[in-house]
Amino acid sequence: MENESVRKQVVGRGVPVRGTDIDTDRIIPARYLRTVTFENLGDHAFEDDRVGGGHPFDEPNYQGAEVLVANANFGCGSSREHAPQALMRWGIKAFIAESFAEIFFGNCTTLGLPCVTASAEDVQALQASIEANPQQDVVVDVDARSVRFEGGEIAVSIPNGVREQLVSGNWDSLGQLLDADSEVAALAAKLPYATSFATT
Amino acid sequence: MGKTLLHKTWEAHSVRQLPSGQTQLFIGLHLVHEVTSPQAFQMLRERGVKVRFPERTFATVDHIVPTDVTDRPFIDSLAEEMMSAIEQNAQEFEIPLFDINDRRQGIVHVIGPELGLTQPGMTIACGDSHTSTHGAFGAIAFGIGTSQVRDVLATQCLAMDPLKVRRINVSGALTDGVYAKDVILHIIGQLGVKGGVGYGYEYGGDVIDAMSMEERMTVCNMSIEGGARVGYVNPDQTTFEYLKGRPHAPADADFDRATAWWQSMASDVDATYDDVVEMEGRDIGPTITWGITPGQSVSVEGTIPELSQFEGDERKSVQEALDYMGFAEGQSIAGTPVDVTFVGSCTNGRLSDLREAAKVAKGRKVAKGVKALVVPGSQQVRAAAEAEGLHEIFQEAGFEWRGAGCSMCLAMNPDKLKGNQRCASSSNRNFKGRQGSPTGRTMLMSPAMVAAAAVSGEVTDVRSLMN
Ligand code: SF4
Repeated sequence: MENESVRKQVVGRGVPVRGTDIDTDRIIPARYLRTVTFENLGDHAFEDDRVGGGHPFDEPNYQGAEVLVANANFGCGSSREHAPQALMRWGIKAFIAESFAEIFFGNCTTLGLPCVTASAEDVQALQASIEANPQQDVVVDVDARSVRFEGGEIAVSIPNGVREQLVSGNWDSLGQLLDADSEVAALAAKLPYATSFATT
Repeated sequence: MGKTLLHKTWEAHSVRQLPSGQTQLFIGLHLVHEVTSPQAFQMLRERGVKVRFPERTFATVDHIVPTDVTDRPFIDSLAEEMMSAIEQNAQEFEIPLFDINDRRQGIVHVIGPELGLTQPGMTIACGDSHTSTHGAFGAIAFGIGTSQVRDVLATQCLAMDPLKVRRINVSGALTDGVYAKDVILHIIGQLGVKGGVGYGYEYGGDVIDAMSMEERMTVCNMSIEGGARVGYVNPDQTTFEYLKGRPHAPADADFDRATAWWQSMASDVDATYDDVVEMEGRDIGPTITWGITPGQSVSVEGTIPELSQFEGDERKSVQEALDYMGFAEGQSIAGTPVDVTFVGSCTNGRLSDLREAAKVAKGRKVAKGVKALVVPGSQQVRAAAEAEGLHEIFQEAGFEWRGAGCSMCLAMNPDKLKGNQRCASSSNRNFKGRQGSPTGRTMLMSPAMVAAAAVSGEVTDVRSLMN
């Protein structure tokens, strides 16, 4: 049996969230960060953007969607892991965008949520196709670096290291970091600010 | 071939290469605050691991603390729950906590430097994207998410992808009424909010060299708003003088050895960069954001751009920003009425920021109908400002003088905008809803410009108030 952490492919219905520079304050407003757990954050995803209606997260057709399709610089702003946590708890399992903000991308990887990028043209074609037929499956093939949908197949990018982590199921960084404890101790002991001059 | 400070620091802290190709990087200083840490401590408990280097870990409270009534329990029960959580976690995991009754308490990016914890050539991490602030000292400082906070607590390490380095030279000199805040808003305006993705920014040139440490912190603070996870300035005499005598800085002979090492970590003169960008100090004016990203800015004499200057998606975002902010294309930005003004935050809540704002406030009155807040970045900043009588200048002018914290930078505490109030703010983010009201409108600018807006009731060129 394959390790359940392996993320070679995510297959699910898509939800387009259009717009550039969608920031983490919009994904999860700061008032919901007043919590000591990540539970229930899914209920508040995009809450302020949803006021007044018309947000894809409220469309009956997109309920149960698992692949979020966004435009440029998605997830910019704060380092709050609450943002991917909120989207994950709403049901999202993978992201496709023209580009991602770096901390958001890293936070997603630590949660085993693949983020792949495609050209603006391809992303828009995919968004349009999902809007025309929200029931179709979108296949995010991390292993093959492609996304397949009704309209065909598009090439997507994901950095080698991250792809490797997802495909092998080794995206939980803590396990790997804990493995090198003796090397860590050795490095810590020879840092100039630990040996040649005292700092704390 | 020479190396950059980023490369040298990276090498000095590199434990090993991970199977994924990432680097396991040792973190010299881990700063912890109440918002992004409770889940991380819970994960440690679930895995049965301890904090690996408690002596390299310091915690404080800043985001949720009220800046007026700080009696416990807090009126907001959710905030109280978070306070209790960090108190309990600090005790259980044996890490020092500068809590609300500690004179060392304040915004995490203000207190690290002020206590001398932040030092050149060090790797620093904190569960907050503005950790780049610490780069002002020539540290490589990362904002991280909660799972990474867990990683650093448990192992003092991060799994990181290498960064490219872009050198940003700001040459010449700044003109009167132009501050560090204007420099970084200008840089972001030029390079864009995602221009820095994949890069660390190295700031240099005459303008940066001439800056005080507090000004350099303002510049580095907003690196992340330009997409760069890390921003830094090479350490120099200004850096060393700032550090000398700080509680956690090396002392006596240690200090001399430290200075020699710090100096050696600065980028070599023949260092190679992945990119170099040149800017001129004289091209920078008092800068203000008109939109909903920190890249949408204009000089105070300027006008809001015309839609026809943009194409495709960008045009849509500009339209969205104009609609949200209630601006018309081509409108001049000066004269825009404001309802609230906020001097504070990890960008501009330090003593020199308060001094510049006080110079403008002195002998004037806050305009009728304007709510004006001044929030020191730390208890030490507050005490130093009071020793100079700045609080009296502000109070006489009708500003509210508050306790230390993040306050109206992000609306996780009682200081919030209401409805579609327009706020002149010295903070770092003008995202929709950032200051606590889903329709609230934020305009970012320097503390002096915020004070000018407070006393005139509208966006005003601070130079017209200087003599
Ligand atoms: S002042 Fe604002 S940006 Fe800085 S740490 Fe606090 S909330 Fe974050």
